[in-house]
Amino acid sequence: METAPTSAPPLLVIDNLTKLFGGLRAVSEFDIEIPEQGLYGLIGPNGAGKTTVFNMITGVYPPTEGSIMLAGTSLVGLPSHIITRKGVARTFQNIRLFQNLTVLDNVRVAYHLHVGYNLAESMTRLGRFNQQERIQSDRAQDFLAVFNLQNRRDEIAKNLPYGEQRRLEIARALATEPRVLLLDEPAAGMNPVETDNLMELIHFIRDRFNLTILLIEHQMRVVMGICEWITVMDFGQVIARGTARDIQNNDRVIEAYLGKRLVRGL
Amino acid sequence: MQTLRRIPTWISTLLVALFLFVFVYVANANGWITPYVYNVIQLAGISAISALGLNLIYGFNGQFSLGHIGFYAIGAYSSALITKEFTSRWSGTQFSALSWIIAGILGVILVILVIKRLRFDQIKKWLNSTLGELKGFERWILISLILLVIAAVIIVLGVAASWVLQKGLQALFDLLIPALPEAIGKNVLMLLALLAGGSLAALVAYLVGLPLLRLNSDYFGIATLGFAIVVYTLLQNSDLVIATMKGARGMVEIPRWTNWVWVAAVLSVLVFLLRNLVYSSYGRAIVSVREDEIAAKTMGIDIVQSKTLAFAIGGFYAGIAGGLYAHLVGFLHPSTFDFVRGFDPLIIIVFGGLGSMTGTLVASALFSAIIEGLRVILPQGFEDWRFVIYPILLLIIMLLRQQGLLGTTEWGWLRAPYAPIRDVPMVSGINSVNREVA
Amino acid sequence: MKLTWRRLPLKLIAWVIYALLAAGIVYGIIGLVRLNGSVFFIQAILDGLKLGFVYALIALGYTMVYGIVRLINFAHCDVFMVGAFASYYAITRFGWGFVPAILLAMVVCILLNITIERVAYKPLRNAPRITALITAIGVSFFLEYFTALKFAFGADYITYKRPFEVVVWDIGGVLISNITVIIVAVTILLLLLLLYVINKTKIGKAMRATSLDKTAARLMGINIDGIITLTFAIGAALAGAGGVLYAIAFPQIWTFMGIMPGMKAFVAAVLGGIGNIGGAVIGSLLMGEIEVLTVSFVPFGSRLRDLFAFLVLIIVFIVKPTGILGEPQVEKV
Repeated sequence: METAPTSAPPLLVIDNLTKLFGGLRAVSEFDIEIPEQGLYGLIGPNGAGKTTVFNMITGVYPPTEGSIMLAGTSLVGLPSHIITRKGVARTFQNIRLFQNLTVLDNVRVAYHLHVGYNLAESMTRLGRFNQQERIQSDRAQDFLAVFNLQNRRDEIAKNLPYGEQRRLEIARALATEPRVLLLDEPAAGMNPVETDNLMELIHFIRDRFNLTILLIEHQMRVVMGICEWITVMDFGQVIARGTARDIQNNDRVIEAYLGKRLVRGL
Repeated sequence: MQTLRRIPTWISTLLVALFLFVFVYVANANGWITPYVYNVIQLAGISAISALGLNLIYGFNGQFSLGHIGFYAIGAYSSALITKEFTSRWSGTQFSALSWIIAGILGVILVILVIKRLRFDQIKKWLNSTLGELKGFERWILISLILLVIAAVIIVLGVAASWVLQKGLQALFDLLIPALPEAIGKNVLMLLALLAGGSLAALVAYLVGLPLLRLNSDYFGIATLGFAIVVYTLLQNSDLVIATMKGARGMVEIPRWTNWVWVAAVLSVLVFLLRNLVYSSYGRAIVSVREDEIAAKTMGIDIVQSKTLAFAIGGFYAGIAGGLYAHLVGFLHPSTFDFVRGFDPLIIIVFGGLGSMTGTLVASALFSAIIEGLRVILPQGFEDWRFVIYPILLLIIMLLRQQGLLGTTEWGWLRAPYAPIRDVPMVSGINSVNREVA
Repeated sequence: MKLTWRRLPLKLIAWVIYALLAAGIVYGIIGLVRLNGSVFFIQAILDGLKLGFVYALIALGYTMVYGIVRLINFAHCDVFMVGAFASYYAITRFGWGFVPAILLAMVVCILLNITIERVAYKPLRNAPRITALITAIGVSFFLEYFTALKFAFGADYITYKRPFEVVVWDIGGVLISNITVIIVAVTILLLLLLLYVINKTKIGKAMRATSLDKTAARLMGINIDGIITLTFAIGAALAGAGGVLYAIAFPQIWTFMGIMPGMKAFVAAVLGGIGNIGGAVIGSLLMGEIEVLTVSFVPFGSRLRDLFAFLVLIIVFIVKPTGILGEPQVEKV
């Protein structure tokens, strides 16, 4: 397997990952190695199995075969919330906010795994409750501030405009304080200005929070613009990997996106 | 944001609660209201407690339960057994039911803790790797057998532990409670009985919820309905096990110790606790499960824990309400806990607004007022029309207010507390990154 | 393969367990048969079948309505009750025979159920599902208590007069009455008719499409409201027939008679996998058998029969969360 030109040790190592839905091979022998603080891209036509990879990493579906190692410990077979506790957070392709909660509460829910008081303290408001609740709220607002959502904090999440919902989802994922962040089409539905800002933002949070990022994206501008290393999938299989320039010139990738006949004609 | 400095919400809410409490108390003491109305008011309070529990399960946690009445029944019968034993010594002693129930609950908790500590999944993994040569079903059977044997040993130990504990507790109660002055001893016992009934209901809820809460919403509703019918059938045949419960003939001679002070005090405490729970990190976790289970999971929420927590606390509320009910009417019959009556708390919370504590409180009062008020309003010869008019009213309300009376809005201190605004920026220059986004 | 020496004893243990399990099941069945003789056993199975077929008629109404509008129609059991009463009046007041009486019951139930759907459920089609459920409970209460009023059916138990003489055949000690034959025959006839409509006609195809995806079905030009009304009508017709058959089998009727059989039929539908017609039938037969076998063979069985029926439900759910024939629901992420 080719690896990206980097000296950092790999943080997330996926090997031979396979998922069968009945007879359908949704993902077949997928592998990737992402170094610490890497910013990697995963692209491919619709139905190539990209989101299924995310679902297997985060424990939504169990993999049929293969291994997923985060800093040397296996994530396979663990329930989703444990995987999140070990440091993997994600966003969703079709935004999955807690729609009827406020913006602030959305982020505070994600901070629940760092909660510093017990159930009895929460019901009686004694002990550590007030201090810890304050810390939780403050941290949540810090995350909102990063995404410029601090003025929206008391609004109901479903009332936010689309772009802000996308940003809130990333803020929420960050609140779990992950080491690896999986972004599923973060720029979908954004206008060019918003997309530019998003690209800047992704760079910024990667450096600020020491994140390792894997992102799925259809807007080539985003992928080619920020990803250090790109993996291309088609029909569940990895068909190419390399830097943005390699991928742009790869025949199989062009074929996968545009179809065979067109390529021949070119 | 400029907000007027207003009176803190807890003051106005406390004043309203105090006013209601004193008003009913004085009205009853001076005979302004008939004993019948006094009873109805207490019943309204009791159904509010039970409905609050269901609102936590369904309104906040989103788990559609039709079996709430089962927990209500468990609380009612178990607390009635305890106090009836104290007053009428049906078992020959005074505190065996109380000590058995407490010891039993502790014993089961002990077993659960030990089983959790043992990490069964690890044992299973180890067995899986050692028995790896066997194929599918055979391995499954062998492993289940081994695990069953381990579990059986732990359970036997747990039973032994609770047996010893029961002897100790009974001796302790025999010593302590008769030593108290009669008025105090009675109330202490009532409190213990309510707590024991509520805890038993909570424990049963936990054990029932653990396998069933994996089910999809409607299937969970049906399974809990099945649970309620199982409880009902067991109660109808309870005389086969404990004679004094009298099965289908109805349990009598339960001391009538519930009064307005008890109902109001218990209701206030439970509302206080529930409100605090809902507006804490645990409460937000519970609500997030209702909003989107998969998102909650990937945000690190242990959804099984959240669901069982809400279900057990909801069961606890129902159990406490059942205990108060038993000591209000002094007579328990299985038909009171029929699944058709089990729809009452569901109707109350939907009527009041799912996920609104204020709505539940208001709706319980209105519900009792409608049901009992019809009895008063309807002219002679039309009493049978009560349950014809009630569903018509229900239909009209549902057609007019589909989100319930209050939707999800809350009043006063029951509203979500305002989180203080963070004024110190975390990192300077963050906003410059997003200068054009807003 | 390494460690083969351990393979044999493990294999042996597994086979011993198999043998013990099989022996246990065989011993249990033989024990049941020998307890009161094989005739008694067959008799119990037949009685269970009789009950199960009646449940099936009710369960189909629940399962079809659920399949189309995802509503637990609690009022369905009261439609069943009205069917029994309609045939009672037809038989005792007008002296009608069995066939016209059952047809009348079906027509009355269809009209009633369509009215309920129009008045109570249709305005709530876009409301939260729980609102419609509460409304269904309200309709159920209304039907029960309204028909119990003096000028309606009255609140007393009424003895149902069968429209035909009961004939009992003795086949080797097993007693089969013409009631059982009629119940099984009518149910199977209606079931075949239903299967034909659903699988072979255009309307049936429209119904299946609607249950899969309402929006898509509407875009394909299917009249959703018409299909929903039709579903309620078919369910009601089956419930009406079920009401008549139930009254013939257990000839005592009153306005609350629907609750328990309705509940069991509904649970049977869920047990089989709600929304699934074959599942409803299998679940109902299972439910009938459990009930009758409990009464026949378990000590205190007649008092404990509901207990067993619902315990089986809970156990099935734990093993297979969507019922026997239900398909697992997978949420797309």
